[in-house]
Amino acid sequence: MNAGTPDGSNAHTNDRTHDVANRGLSNLDLDAPATPYLDSNELIINMGPQHPATHGVLRVILKLDGEKVLGTECVIGYLHRGVEKIGENRTYTMFNPYVDRMDYVAAVSNGLGYCEAVEKLMNVEAPARAKYIRVILTELNRVASHQLWLGTHALDIGAMTPLFYTFRDREEILKIFEKYCGARLTTHAFRIGGCQYETYAGFEKEVKNFLTYVAPKIDEYEELLTTNRIWLERTKNVGVISSADCVALGVTGPVLRASGVKWDLRKAQPYAAYSEFDFDIPVGTNGDTYDRYLVRVAEMRQSLRIIEQAVNGIPEGPIMARVPKVIKPPVGEIYHSIEAPKGELGYFIVSDGTTQPYRLRVRPPSFVNLQALNRMVRGLLVADVIAVIGTIDIVLGEVDR
Amino acid sequence: MAEEIKSPFPPPPPEGEKSPVAEDRAPIASTAPAKPAPPARPEGPVPVPWTSPLVEKYRSQYGSGLVALTYLGQNYLTVDRSLVPDILRLLRDEEQFDYCVDITAVHYPKREKQFDVLWNLYSYPRNERLRVKTQIADGASIPSSVPIWPTANWLEREVYDMFGIQFDGHPDLKRILLPDGWKGHPLRKDYGILQQDQEWVQINLGIESGQ
Repeated sequence: MNAGTPDGSNAHTNDRTHDVANRGLSNLDLDAPATPYLDSNELIINMGPQHPATHGVLRVILKLDGEKVLGTECVIGYLHRGVEKIGENRTYTMFNPYVDRMDYVAAVSNGLGYCEAVEKLMNVEAPARAKYIRVILTELNRVASHQLWLGTHALDIGAMTPLFYTFRDREEILKIFEKYCGARLTTHAFRIGGCQYETYAGFEKEVKNFLTYVAPKIDEYEELLTTNRIWLERTKNVGVISSADCVALGVTGPVLRASGVKWDLRKAQPYAAYSEFDFDIPVGTNGDTYDRYLVRVAEMRQSLRIIEQAVNGIPEGPIMARVPKVIKPPVGEIYHSIEAPKGELGYFIVSDGTTQPYRLRVRPPSFVNLQALNRMVRGLLVADVIAVIGTIDIVLGEVDR
Repeated sequence: MAEEIKSPFPPPPPEGEKSPVAEDRAPIASTAPAKPAPPARPEGPVPVPWTSPLVEKYRSQYGSGLVALTYLGQNYLTVDRSLVPDILRLLRDEEQFDYCVDITAVHYPKREKQFDVLWNLYSYPRNERLRVKTQIADGASIPSSVPIWPTANWLEREVYDMFGIQFDGHPDLKRILLPDGWKGHPLRKDYGILQQDQEWVQINLGIESGQ
């Protein structure tokens, strides 16, 4: 972090200070004074973009009164690769692996949303078996994403042990991915019309083994944290956001549910085979960091329930629909969204009847949820900003695309 | 507006606008089953008029400035630019579209009004989605919907960044993903995929080219 000069010296010519002043932080109700920091208790400091607790290359400009946060401004875009522009210049099939690079800790979810959107546009439906495979892998990925979130979030707050526990168990999921499609992180597991690969021999057994393995491990995470005094102090009533604010700010996913809104796209507008499974939507009450933690842990358990039902009921049959080799959806447009681990992940595709999308818009949950940071950290301490950035669960690859 | 009912989608862009990817080259992943050839592709479905109490209500109020269509089961309203703030506010206040999912734009360089601006709305109480679309010319501005949905703040900044569309009344309209000094708006169709603001790259990164 780079703080302003403590003595209020006017000769301070740090580049970043100028940058902050030049940016005109109008949304913080801050008129940058001509002589910054002179005769003022307010301080502007810069967190990131290389700060380890910002989970990537997020830069947050904090306006402080002592250690109290008066407002923040996020500076994003350091990881911008122009995914939407690339989408317009690739065929539908060629673009499929690119979506894995947005939310790279939940690549399977990204692929599911994209494939389903194109299928909807082409009026094709994946076969039942493919849908079940998709559900199993997507839910495994949700568990992996939440595990990675829990480990890093706890590490940010000062609890180091959960990181080792969650990464140890996440490894088992990545092994299943690796055996299924050869990749661990950016899996490219699905194709437009179904799945490319049939499950490998012993897939179902391994998934079931994983379920029996990981269920007690989730209890272990909870033993470490749920009643831990330090954890409670750091998370209870920190970063509170009301359900009305969540709706107004477009926040979705576990953050919305922790504020008490029982809304999950898997139930509200079911896709893939989710309507066939029995599961609950965990919700919180206070909308604070602690409730978001409880919601995500409960979601892991619900995901295990879904996986168990899907593995036991996986139907026989083809895994690919009849899809032409050259994918040319008819002229039209479609919006399709899924419940990614971070929230509503939507794809809006405009087709002009050629092999490439005319316009491909990604509605990223991390990007929209990050906007709530300013609302959540006002009045908190700097250390709590770290906790709140962690609890929103952003992946900068998706924020910046 | 009468033309739009017949053809709500613009003609395909002319040849040469896209990168020279061979159209008939098979994609890398062969996704089709081996044996039966897929049936000849029928012409795609066409948007059909959408009737609902909501549409009737607003049509009687706004007349021809509003066209309601449904395509693949998804409803959308095409409205005149002048009606945009009123319609959006009514949709939130009276029709419970309380969640603005996304705001985006599409560029049609051959058209007189070059941009489609879209609001993708969702209603928690009704569990319904709705898209609102309007057309604006290059350089024209559009009222900001930040007073209606605070989430529009970053979404409109992104549209401004990528397309150069101005939103009147936005509290802090500036670039969001690209650096502040960048020139050009990358998601316009006339912005090449390899194009960059070389001047910015040379000044700020100290390298000849980002390529």
